[in-house]
Amino acid sequence: MSEHEIYTLRINGDEHHVKDAWIGESLLYVLRERLGLPGAKGACEQGECGSCTVVLDGDAVCSCLVLAASAVGSEIATVEGLSPDGSLTDVQQAFIDEGAVQCGFCTPGLIMAVHHLLDHNTTPTELEVKEALSGNICRCTGYGRIFAAVDKVVSVRLGASQ
Amino acid sequence: MSSVSTSTRQRDVLGTSALRPDGGAKVQGSFAFSSDLWAENMLWGATLRSPHPYARIISIDTTAAWKIAGVETIITHEDVPGQLTYGLISSDQPVFAKDFVRYMGEPIAAVAADHPETCRRALAAIVVEYEVLTPLADGERALDPTVAPIHPDGNVIRELQIIRGDQSATGPIVVEGTYELGIQDQAFLGTEAALALPDHDGKGVDVYVATQWLHEDQKQMAACLNLPVDKVRLTLGGVGGAFGAREDISLQVHCALLALRTSRPIKMQYGREESFFGHVHRHPAKIWMRHHADADGRIIRVESRMLLDGGAYASTSSAVLTNAATHAQGPYKCDNATVYSYAVRTNNPPCGAMRGFGVVQACFAHESQMDKIAAAARISPVEVRLRNAMETGDLLITGQPVESVAPVARCIRETAALPMPDELSPTPDPLELPGGSGRTADRQHIKRGIGWGVSIKNIMYSEGFDDYSTARVTLQDGVVTLKFATSEVGQGFVTLAPQIARTVLGVDQILIDPMDTSIGSAGSTSASRQTWMSGGAVDGACRLVRERLFERVGQQHNIDPLRLAIDRTDVVDTMGDLRISVAEATLGQRFEETFEYHHRPTEDLDENGQGNCHVAFAFVAHRAVVDVDTELGLVKVVQVATAQDIGRALNPLSVVGQIEGGIAQGLGLAVMEEIIVDNGRVQNPSFTDYLLPTALDAPVVVASFVEEPDPQAPLGAKGVGEPPCISVTPAIVAAIRDATGKDLSRVPVRPYDICL
Repeated sequence: MSEHEIYTLRINGDEHHVKDAWIGESLLYVLRERLGLPGAKGACEQGECGSCTVVLDGDAVCSCLVLAASAVGSEIATVEGLSPDGSLTDVQQAFIDEGAVQCGFCTPGLIMAVHHLLDHNTTPTELEVKEALSGNICRCTGYGRIFAAVDKVVSVRLGASQ
Repeated sequence: MSSVSTSTRQRDVLGTSALRPDGGAKVQGSFAFSSDLWAENMLWGATLRSPHPYARIISIDTTAAWKIAGVETIITHEDVPGQLTYGLISSDQPVFAKDFVRYMGEPIAAVAADHPETCRRALAAIVVEYEVLTPLADGERALDPTVAPIHPDGNVIRELQIIRGDQSATGPIVVEGTYELGIQDQAFLGTEAALALPDHDGKGVDVYVATQWLHEDQKQMAACLNLPVDKVRLTLGGVGGAFGAREDISLQVHCALLALRTSRPIKMQYGREESFFGHVHRHPAKIWMRHHADADGRIIRVESRMLLDGGAYASTSSAVLTNAATHAQGPYKCDNATVYSYAVRTNNPPCGAMRGFGVVQACFAHESQMDKIAAAARISPVEVRLRNAMETGDLLITGQPVESVAPVARCIRETAALPMPDELSPTPDPLELPGGSGRTADRQHIKRGIGWGVSIKNIMYSEGFDDYSTARVTLQDGVVTLKFATSEVGQGFVTLAPQIARTVLGVDQILIDPMDTSIGSAGSTSASRQTWMSGGAVDGACRLVRERLFERVGQQHNIDPLRLAIDRTDVVDTMGDLRISVAEATLGQRFEETFEYHHRPTEDLDENGQGNCHVAFAFVAHRAVVDVDTELGLVKVVQVATAQDIGRALNPLSVVGQIEGGIAQGLGLAVMEEIIVDNGRVQNPSFTDYLLPTALDAPVVVASFVEEPDPQAPLGAKGVGEPPCISVTPAIVAAIRDATGKDLSRVPVRPYDICL
């Protein structure tokens, strides 16, 4: 491609240099295809399904809707940064234990969305959980086990803090 | 349902909620889906598709596209080295359109280039001259013999009639209706994707692809590529859901052809819009039914005429039609039947397999009819279903005896016994009202309704198909390695297969080899068949290995092997003191066995639709509770209660996952999901316009397992994938009728069907 660009993205605390990229590439594309971070998934390319959720300067966003070059100077957090040493977060473990994972395509985006929710609201109501996750489509589970996973994390964290 | 324990199990044997072995990778984002694959020196592939539902191709000019820097090759029908068509049942679909395009989105050419954006520009630069033709968009017209065929194979894909018993039998109750279903999309999240790696000599190819049936893809691809089957090697790439949409060929042939043509690895991945055009959908249907019943509401005869629109190519339409027609009676006793059914070809989107496979369509009609019978007999929806409930040994309208366990009445009773949801609060949170986050509903316009649906679903393939699955089991040094070509699409066979091996062989460390075509076929991950078929194959291979192990231990200890058994992780003498761990007994030893599991044979149907065409059946009951904003026409499904005939819960957590997931898909068909087609043109190929159930739309599910092990099932378990999504749709629609008094006969129910 022509229309090349060189820029640097700050992802999970590390600087990543992007070279020879077409300026029209989305953050999702650059993460997946240029930087070897395929955890964010592309499923709709229009911000409807949440599979590509990353956290950008503290906001959960659809990385398919963000131009990569416009994310220069931002702090980007992806699913790969949650457990850099290979251990699992409580949310990740609860998704496994409660059966919230089937095909798994929506899972990384949901993991990011749940962490983001619980970072901002330690005791969400059932409806707050549903609203917070309503931008993440899951086609396999019907959401029941996902809610069970969130409930488990909330109750374990509450127990630990008491 | 929220009480499936995963914490108390000790060994992950059958019957426990063993956890997914791929769960860790999936929650960390490191599980390799097909779309995550990458190879050195790789190019991207992309497909040019028809903007017209029906047109004659006058010319295809690729000159300008070839001149774009970064474009490596462009291929059309002229570049297909082998068979020019493919198809699951009949080979009627072109790899690339040649003379005609017959549906909007039909592939015409493919390009390989250095970047997806280069591909997009190259596709835009290909000039195709069309003579646009008037599409055949009405399924009824496809039946008219005076309408010109749109395909050399004609406009009628299959006609099937079922004639049984007294053709004039009637009773004091006669009810009828015409029911319609729109096109539902499987909408798996992981769109079609593959990576093809050509051999250095250009005479073979490795393809990593998300599919439901590796060996069927391999067979069809080899024919089109004009390569020996063993030169087309397929490996399962991580699959992001399937639900029927990965049974047919999509990008497989194109991707392999581009790789062979460029001698470079090719990655193809459909975007969401392309995915809507790239796979078959659930058949839209128009079904007329008339039931004759006695004054007590007992069915005397069912009559039906069914029209399924298969779209432009046959895919599995003929088998979907069999399912629809042979399930017209539902899970009810019925001695007399008159069914005429048709699957037709039109210029609408091609349709084929989707979870429920024809039975979804029949069930919406027969369950709507059951409520009409109940009303005429002045009995409840529950009572009419109990009075007619099928039992083991009853005959289907095909004359086939239901030899499967048929706990229909038990499913209904257990569903009825499940708790009802709380009444809607006088001051509810707007989020829990119809319309959800739109916060548009008004409490005072909300009416609650309750509805019922019950279904019968055949499991496994039908009509004489000699279906089988293959598994190889190796036991060495206390470790089991499993090999099979069973597509893991998310359903959890990778969890179940090790459970089987642990149970049979007393080993805890289980490895699963990659799923590929280096072993015999496992058949398709469809028709709720893999637990039975591939479960049977793994179980069979494990048992053969266990026999070899017992022979060995018997020899070593001078004990008749027939006295030996597995107790937890030990080999024990059932009549003596010997106890030796399997790990110790297999140290330095290697036992390997392959087993091919076949189900019992089935028959073709005769000219009256009579014959033992199905293998086995599973049953389920659903009760839906809905809140409806009658002014806005919005629906909130509050709760779905269900008791499902599962034979035996081999993994309760997985069963719950199938039940809840299937219910959400059935809810989608009931109230929101439809591919809208206008004169052959798809209007909403995106997740913005094709609505899917979200977390706010999901109902509370209360579920009960009906466990009566099926004598014919190798593990006692019936497939659990399809039943959850079948009768939930009519249950929800019945609940909306109950709330509104409207005579709703079409799904999805749209707001204007309710409020206008």
